[in-house]
Amino acid sequence: MARMKFICDAERCIECNGCVTACKNEHEVPWGVNRRRVVTINDGVPGERSMSVACMHCSDAPCMAVCPVDCFYRTDEGVVLHDKDLCIGCGYCFYACPFGAPQFPQAGAFGLRGKMDKCTFCAGGPETNNSEEEFRKYGRNRLAEGKLPLCAEVCSTKALLGGDADVLADIYRQRVLTRGKGADIWGWSTAYGKPDAPATAPAAGGKS
Amino acid sequence: MKPLSGAVCLVALAAALAGCGEKEQVVVYKQGQYQGKADGKPWDNESFSGDRGNWEATIKARNQNQNEYRRING
Repeated sequence: MARMKFICDAERCIECNGCVTACKNEHEVPWGVNRRRVVTINDGVPGERSMSVACMHCSDAPCMAVCPVDCFYRTDEGVVLHDKDLCIGCGYCFYACPFGAPQFPQAGAFGLRGKMDKCTFCAGGPETNNSEEEFRKYGRNRLAEGKLPLCAEVCSTKALLGGDADVLADIYRQRVLTRGKGADIWGWSTAYGKPDAPATAPAAGGKS
Repeated sequence: MKPLSGAVCLVALAAALAGCGEKEQVVVYKQGQYQGKADGKPWDNESFSGDRGNWEATIKARNQNQNEYRRING
């Protein structure tokens, strides 16, 4: 059984926002909701790095742990989804998520929060596959059509990969071995530094 | 005077006993269970007619489309 994951190769991402646009269009996501976005570190400074971020479909998802109405579930393919009919829009999942994946549409006046919306790995939700109801609530169900998430499939530089984690790991490994670098710019030690080489602050003048 | 002191004693007794009925206030967290609707399998539709093997093969082939080394070299 596949275990679906995303991986973004910061060495390849050119911040074109094609993934963001594709996601927005495919699922007809409303204004103010961004299921996917591109984050750039040291924007405008030589050596800047960009990365496409959305729900990472965590194996031990904090959103599932904090949800007071238990509206989250994980499919057999490892995709974290939720039932919008149960969601009360409390926002706990937003605070728990380390990637800022849960989004809340402004549903009415006075900043009233609507039901949570997030990346579904193009797997729809708990409605009949490819039904009108599923599309309206969760967007298109590409997995049920035998396709992978559009953001990854549309990526022009193939920086964003989405699919079975084992296959993605093989693709990424082959890529790093072929180009001879890249593994060092991605991972925990780069993000948080090492004891002998602490993480450096963003360069002066660069946005983070 | 006597009925009044009796009433005071009754009230005091009721107040003292009220403490005995105090509920445990420490929250016990339990592992939550999904409370929503059941979701169907991605192969349960017209395209795959419940054929899980066919769906997995399709996804596997689709996965490899992301490997440009493989696509270019055949």
